[in-house]
Amino acid sequence: MFGYSGKILHIDLAERKTWVEEKSEEWYKIYIGGVSMATRLCWENIKPGCDPYSPDNPVCIANGIFAGTPVPVGGKYGLASKSPMTGFIGDSLSGSWFSIALKRAGWDGVVIHGASENWVNIFIDDERIEFRDATKLLGLGTFETEEAIREELADDQVRSATIGPAGEHMVRFANVTNDGRQAGRTGHGAVWGSKKLKAVSVRGTQGIKVADPDTINKLSFDITKEAQGPHTSKYRILGTTTNVLNLNKLGLLPTRNYKEGVFEGAEKVSGEYLHDHHNVKTIACAQCPIACEQMSIVKSGPWTGTMTGIEYECLFANGPNLGISDMNAVIKLIDIADRSGIDAITMGVTLSWAMETYEKGVFTAQDFKCEKFPEGFEMKFGNGEAAVTTAELIRDREGIGKLLSDGTRIASGKIDKERGTETWKWAMQSKGLETAGYDARGLKTFSLGSAVGTRGPCHNRTAAYDPDIQGEVDRFKVDEKRGLLAKDTEEYAAVYDTLPLCKFIRRCFTGKADRAGAWPTIAQLINATTGWEFKYEDIDLIGERAHTIKKAFNVREGWKRVDDDLPWRWKHDPMTKGPSAGYVTTDEELEYMKDLYYEAKGWTKEGLIPKKKLIQLGMPDVAEQIGV
Amino acid sequence: MVASTSKYKYIDCDPDLCIGCQICEYVCSYTKNGEYNTYRSRIRTVRVDEVLITAIACRTCENAPCVIACPQDALSQDPETGIIHIDARKCDGCAWCVEACDFGAITLNHQTKLAEFCDQCEDQEEGPQCVLWCPKEALSLTTPDQRAQKSRRERVIEEVAGPKKSKE
Repeated sequence: MFGYSGKILHIDLAERKTWVEEKSEEWYKIYIGGVSMATRLCWENIKPGCDPYSPDNPVCIANGIFAGTPVPVGGKYGLASKSPMTGFIGDSLSGSWFSIALKRAGWDGVVIHGASENWVNIFIDDERIEFRDATKLLGLGTFETEEAIREELADDQVRSATIGPAGEHMVRFANVTNDGRQAGRTGHGAVWGSKKLKAVSVRGTQGIKVADPDTINKLSFDITKEAQGPHTSKYRILGTTTNVLNLNKLGLLPTRNYKEGVFEGAEKVSGEYLHDHHNVKTIACAQCPIACEQMSIVKSGPWTGTMTGIEYECLFANGPNLGISDMNAVIKLIDIADRSGIDAITMGVTLSWAMETYEKGVFTAQDFKCEKFPEGFEMKFGNGEAAVTTAELIRDREGIGKLLSDGTRIASGKIDKERGTETWKWAMQSKGLETAGYDARGLKTFSLGSAVGTRGPCHNRTAAYDPDIQGEVDRFKVDEKRGLLAKDTEEYAAVYDTLPLCKFIRRCFTGKADRAGAWPTIAQLINATTGWEFKYEDIDLIGERAHTIKKAFNVREGWKRVDDDLPWRWKHDPMTKGPSAGYVTTDEELEYMKDLYYEAKGWTKEGLIPKKKLIQLGMPDVAEQIGV
Repeated sequence: MVASTSKYKYIDCDPDLCIGCQICEYVCSYTKNGEYNTYRSRIRTVRVDEVLITAIACRTCENAPCVIACPQDALSQDPETGIIHIDARKCDGCAWCVEACDFGAITLNHQTKLAEFCDQCEDQEEGPQCVLWCPKEALSLTTPDQRAQKSRRERVIEEVAGPKKSKE
C-alpha cells in the first residue's frame, strides 16, 4: 500500500502502554484521512455519551494522504474528540510540519486514550514511544513549548502539537497548536488539558514513497508554479484579511457583537492597512508554495514588539466585532490567543458578548475587578485595553475570566439564571459554538449552512456564503435551491478537509475551483500517490462520507432536529445600517430550508440517516448503530 | 576562521523571499535518494524565528575545511566547479567533515553512514532541482561575486527609489 503505512498508533495515558492497530486498504478508501478519518477513529474509540472531559473521550489524530510529498498544501492533519463546546463532534484541521513528521514516523493516525496522572509529553520517535515528564513545560506558551522540546531533544526537526496555558487551565475553547498553526474552534486544548497532555512530539526520519513519483512530481511542479499566479493573489498579497473591506461593503462584517454589519472604522483594521503598516513578512506552512500568513508587528504604544500571524477570522472577531479600530490592540489580542492556545474567534465573540452585556447594564465595572484593576474597568465596545485585560483573565481563568472561559452559551446561561436577565439573546452561538465572520442575516444559504454545521456554525466546514455572495442566488430570499446548495458546499469543503488539502489551492488545478475544475486533478493526485483508481464520482463520495460520519457521530451523541439552529439575534434582531439592514432569517425560513436540506442529503424529515443510505456509503456498522 | 567562499558557484537563498515551505528539501531528497525525506536533503531550510527563514546548502569553499578535515582522504574538491566529491569506499562516517563545516551544510546519511553534499545536481540536465522548483525564486545558483553585484544594484535602487516595498 502506498500513501499509507496501514498503522494506527494507540496510546493509553493511564496505563502508559501503547499498541498498534492495522487497518485494511478498504477502510482507508472509505475514510481517507484528515477530519474524516479522525472522526471515524473517534467513533470507534469513544464511549458514547461520555463527558468530553472524561478519560473516555479519546484524542484522535489522522494524517493526510499527501503529507510529506511535494503535493502543494498537502501537509495537514485532522484532530477529533468529542467537543466540550458542543457535546458533538469536535473536528479540526491544522497545517504544517507536525503532519509530515508523523507521516515519516510511519503512523497514519494516533489515538490517545485515558488520562495521565502527571503532566506528560508523548514523544513519538519513529516506532519508539516515550512518555516524558512535562512538568517543566507547564505555563509555557504554545510556541515556547515547541522550542523548549526541540531544545530538550536537541533536534530542530522534532515537531510538536502543544497546548498553552489556556489548555492547561481548561479554557473550554482552548486550541491545540503546532508550528504556529492552530487546530481550533472546538476546544481540543481543554480536552488535552483534562488528560494532562501538554504535548505530542514527533521525530520521523523515514522516507516517503508514492506509487507513481513521475506523475506526482509533474503535477506538483505545475500546481506549484500555477500557485504563483492570479489564482492565489488574494491569499499571497493580503491573505484572508482582504475580506474586511469586501464584507463591509456588503454589510456583512460583524460589528459590535453582530449588532451591525458595517463598521465605521473598517479602513483602520483592513487587510490593506495591516499590510502597509504592520506586515513584517508573509510566510508559509510546510509544503505550501502559496504563503498566506501575514506576520504582523505592533510598532508603537504599550504593546510594541508584539508579533503574530493575522487572518481574517481572528481579525473580525477581535476588531470590528469589538468596535476596536486600533490595529495595535487587535494584534495584541490575537497574539494573546495564539500564544496561550485560545480559539481567537470564540475569544472575540465571547468578549463582544461581555461588552454588550456591560453596555446593557447587566455587567458593571465591579464584575471586572482583578489584580491589575482592583476597582474593575469599563468593558465598553472599542476599549482595547479592557479587551486585552479580559483576554488575559480568560487565559488564566481568573476573575470574570472564569465565567467567560466557558464560552457564551454557558456564560449567558449562568448570568441569566443568577440575575434574571436575557443575555442569551445576544450570545452569538449555535450548538454552543460561536459564529464565524460572515453575518448570516444577509446570507440565506449561509444561514442554513451555519445552522446544520456538525461542529456548530463554521465558515470552514461550509462555503455556503459563496453562492450568496457570488450572486448565484438572491442572498436575501429563501428558495427551493438552498437545501442542495448547502449540501454541495459542505461536502465540497469536506473533500479538502479529508485529504486534506488547503482550500486556497482550489483554483490552481485548472483555473476553475468547481468540482469539474478540481476533481479530475485531485483524483490523479490520489491515484499517483496510492496506486488506486479513483474516479470523479469517488471524489464526491469522499465529501459525502466525511460529512456522514460526522453527522452519525452527532446522532449517536443525541443530536435532534432542534439542535440545527441559529443564534437568536440572527432570527429576530435585524441590523439597522448598510446593505443588509432589515433582514433576519426567520424560524419559518430556517425550518423550510432544513426540510430541503435533509431531503437533499437523503435523510429523514427529522434529519436522521436511513440505514440504506449508510450501507450504500460503505458504513454497515454505522447503519447498525444509528441508522433508521 | 570562516572559510573563504570566493570562487565557486553555490546555491544561495534570499531570506527576504524564502517562505520556509521546505519544497527544496522534498525535491532534493527525491532527486538524490528516490524518496521524500527532509532528513536526507542536501539543502536545509533554517527557521531561526517566525520570520527569519533561509536555506543552506554546500558553499563550495575554497580550500574546503571538510576536505582538509577528512582523516580517510575520502573527500576531494573538483577544481573546476568546487563541488565536493566523496569516495564511498573510503568514507567511514566519522562526521569530522560535518563538524568542520562552518555552514552546517553537510549531513550524515544514517542508513548508508556516508556524508552527503550538495552537488548542484551536476548530473541533471536542468541543473539544481531546488532552484527550479522554488516557488518564490528565493534560490539561485550563484557566486559570491554575482551576489555582491546584486547587492550593489539593490543598494543603489533603494537609495534612489526609497526602501523596497514588501513583495508585490
